[in-house]
Amino acid sequence: MASEVAVDVSKIAVGAVGPGCKKVDPILIADGVKRQFGGLTAVDVEHLEIPRGLITALIGPNGAGKTTFFNLLTGFDKPNQGKWSFEGKDLAGVSSYKVARLGMIRTFQLTKALSLLTVIENMRLGAQKQPGENFFTSLIRPLWIKREREITETADSLLKRFKLDAKREDYAAGLSGGQRKLLEMARALMSSPKLVMLDEPMAGVNPALTQSLLDHIKELKDTGTTVLFVEHDMHMVRHISDWVIVMAEGKVVAEGPPALVMKDQAVIDAYLGAHHDTDLGSVGVSTDTTTLKLTAQETD
Amino acid sequence: MDFLNILTLALGEMISPTTITFVLCAIGLSVHFGFTGLLNFGQAAFAAVGAYGMAIGIITFHLPLLLAVLMGLVASALFALVLGIPTLRLRADYLAIVTIATSEVFRYFMTTIGFASVTGGSNGLSQFGKEFWAMNPIPEGDYNLGFVSYRSDQLYVLAVGWGTIILGALVLRLLMRSPWGRVLKGIREDEDAVRSLGKNVFAYKLQALMVGGMFASIGGMIFVLNLSNVQPQTWTTNFTFTIWSVLLLGGAATILGPIAGGMIFLGLISLTQGIMGGLVEMGWLPFLTQPDVAQIRFILIGLSLMLLVIFRPQGLFGNKKELQFNG
Repeated sequence: MASEVAVDVSKIAVGAVGPGCKKVDPILIADGVKRQFGGLTAVDVEHLEIPRGLITALIGPNGAGKTTFFNLLTGFDKPNQGKWSFEGKDLAGVSSYKVARLGMIRTFQLTKALSLLTVIENMRLGAQKQPGENFFTSLIRPLWIKREREITETADSLLKRFKLDAKREDYAAGLSGGQRKLLEMARALMSSPKLVMLDEPMAGVNPALTQSLLDHIKELKDTGTTVLFVEHDMHMVRHISDWVIVMAEGKVVAEGPPALVMKDQAVIDAYLGAHHDTDLGSVGVSTDTTTLKLTAQETD
Repeated sequence: MDFLNILTLALGEMISPTTITFVLCAIGLSVHFGFTGLLNFGQAAFAAVGAYGMAIGIITFHLPLLLAVLMGLVASALFALVLGIPTLRLRADYLAIVTIATSEVFRYFMTTIGFASVTGGSNGLSQFGKEFWAMNPIPEGDYNLGFVSYRSDQLYVLAVGWGTIILGALVLRLLMRSPWGRVLKGIREDEDAVRSLGKNVFAYKLQALMVGGMFASIGGMIFVLNLSNVQPQTWTTNFTFTIWSVLLLGGAATILGPIAGGMIFLGLISLTQGIMGGLVEMGWLPFLTQPDVAQIRFILIGLSLMLLVIFRPQGLFGNKKELQFNG
C-alpha cells in the first residue's frame, strides 16, 4: 500500500510532497495570491500548482477561503496582490468571461441555472464561437444556423449523458436542486473546457444522484479534462480525487494524495474534525468510551 | 352622453400617434427590462434625445430628414453609452437611479436659456416638419376607416407609425430568437452565470441599452413630427411611467405585449375619461367636476395596474408557464 502511494506521488509531484510542492505537469500555477477584506485575510496562497488531467479536491473548514480562491482564479474577484497562470498564460487582471474563453470554466456553490430559460437553451448558452451571439450577425439566420445545429447536437448528447434529456424543453426553474446541479455541470462542459472548477458539486444533491454525479466527474478525467473541486463530503473526496489540497484560514496547509492527507493527524483534527470516523447518527447506541471522548472534546 | 362618440374617440386613440409613440418606447423598454433585466426609469429621456437630435439636425445643421433621423439615433446610442458605461458594471438598482436622474437632468438641460439658440429653451423647437409633410404620398382628402375618418396627413402619420412598429416588432423577433437574444435572457436570469460561460456581459448590456433606447428615440421622433414641435416639458417622469404601464399591461418579455398593451392602455384612458366626463355632465357624479375626471382616471388606471401586477405579473400576453415560477 505504502509503495503504491509513493509511485503515484512521483507521477504527480516533483520532489517532496507538501504545501505548495511542484507538479510534474501543472495546468494552473498560483503565486502569492492574497485577498483581504478589511482586516481579514481571506486568501493568502504562497504557491500552488494544480496537476493536469487529474481530479484535485480543495478541502478545508468553512471560511477557509476556498470559494474566495475560486473567485480570484476565475476573475470574479480581484486579489490585493499575486499572479497566476493557466497553461502558461498570465491570468491576473483578466476578466472572468475571458478566463472562461481560455477553457477554464467554473460552476457555483449556489447553483446558477438560468431559471426562465429552457434546459436546452441553458445548454446552448454554454457553447462558444456561436457567430449569432454577435448583434449584427444575429439578424441574419443563415450565418449562425449551421453552428446552432452543431451546438444543439452537442447539447443533446450531454443531456443524455446527464439523464436530463427528458427535461429538454422544461424551464430550468422546474428542475429539482440536484438536477440543477447536473444541468450546471453539463452546461459547463458545452465548451469542452480544459479545466473544470466545481464549487461544491454535491451540496444539496440527494444520495441517489450523488453516485451519478461522481461518475460524471470521473468520466471528465477519462476525457482528459482537469477537474478542481471544492467539497465538504470527505467520502466523495476520498473516492474520486487523485490529489487533495487542504486550506485553512486562507493558506494551503497540506496537500498530497487523499490516502496520505487523510492520515495526517493534524489535518484530521483541525480540519476534518477529531471524530470524522465516528458515526454521529448512532451516538445513542455508541459505547461509553466514544460518548466520553466526545464529551471531553466538547468541554475542551 | 354620446356613447358612440366616446367609443369612437377611444377606438381612434388606440391607433393614434400618441399610442404609436408609447408602443415604440415600450418595445424599447421590453428589450431593456423584459429581455435583459435592466431597470431603466429614464425611457422618456431616450425618446427626448431622439426627438431633439432629429429636430436639431434639421434646424441647426440643415440636414435632410433621413440624415436627421440618423443623427437622432446616433445621439440616442451615445446617450446609452454615457448612461451605461458608469452604471452597467454595478448592480441593477444603480442603473434605475441613474436613469431616472439623467432623464430629469436632460429635460432641465433642454429648458436652460444658455443653450436656447440650439434647443429652443422652454419654448422648444418647431419648423422642422416641412420635409416630413412634403413626403406625404397620400392625396389630399378625407378617408373613412369605418368608425372614423382621417385627413390625408393624419393617415400619413398613422401609416408611417404603424409601419415602423411592424418593422420594429419583426426585427425584435429576429433578435430575440437568435443566440444574441438568448445571451440577453441569460443575463436577465443571472449575469454571473452567463459571465462564467465566457460571454462579455457588460458589452451585451450596453448593446441592449442602445437598441432599446433607439426604439424609444424613433417613438419620440414620430411624436414630435406629428405635432410639428418638440417641447421639453413633454418628457417628464409621467411619460416614462406611462411607458412602464403599457409594458407591464402587455407583458414585459413579449413582442406583441407592448403593442397590445399600448392600444389597450391608451384606449382605456380615453374611454374612462369619456364615460366619467359624460357622467359628470349628466350630474350623476355630483361630487366631481370635469377637471377632477382627468385626475381620477389616472387613479383608477394606477389601481388597475397594481391589481394587474399583483395578480397577473406576466401581463396580458406573457407566458403562463413562466408565472408559476414567479408568483
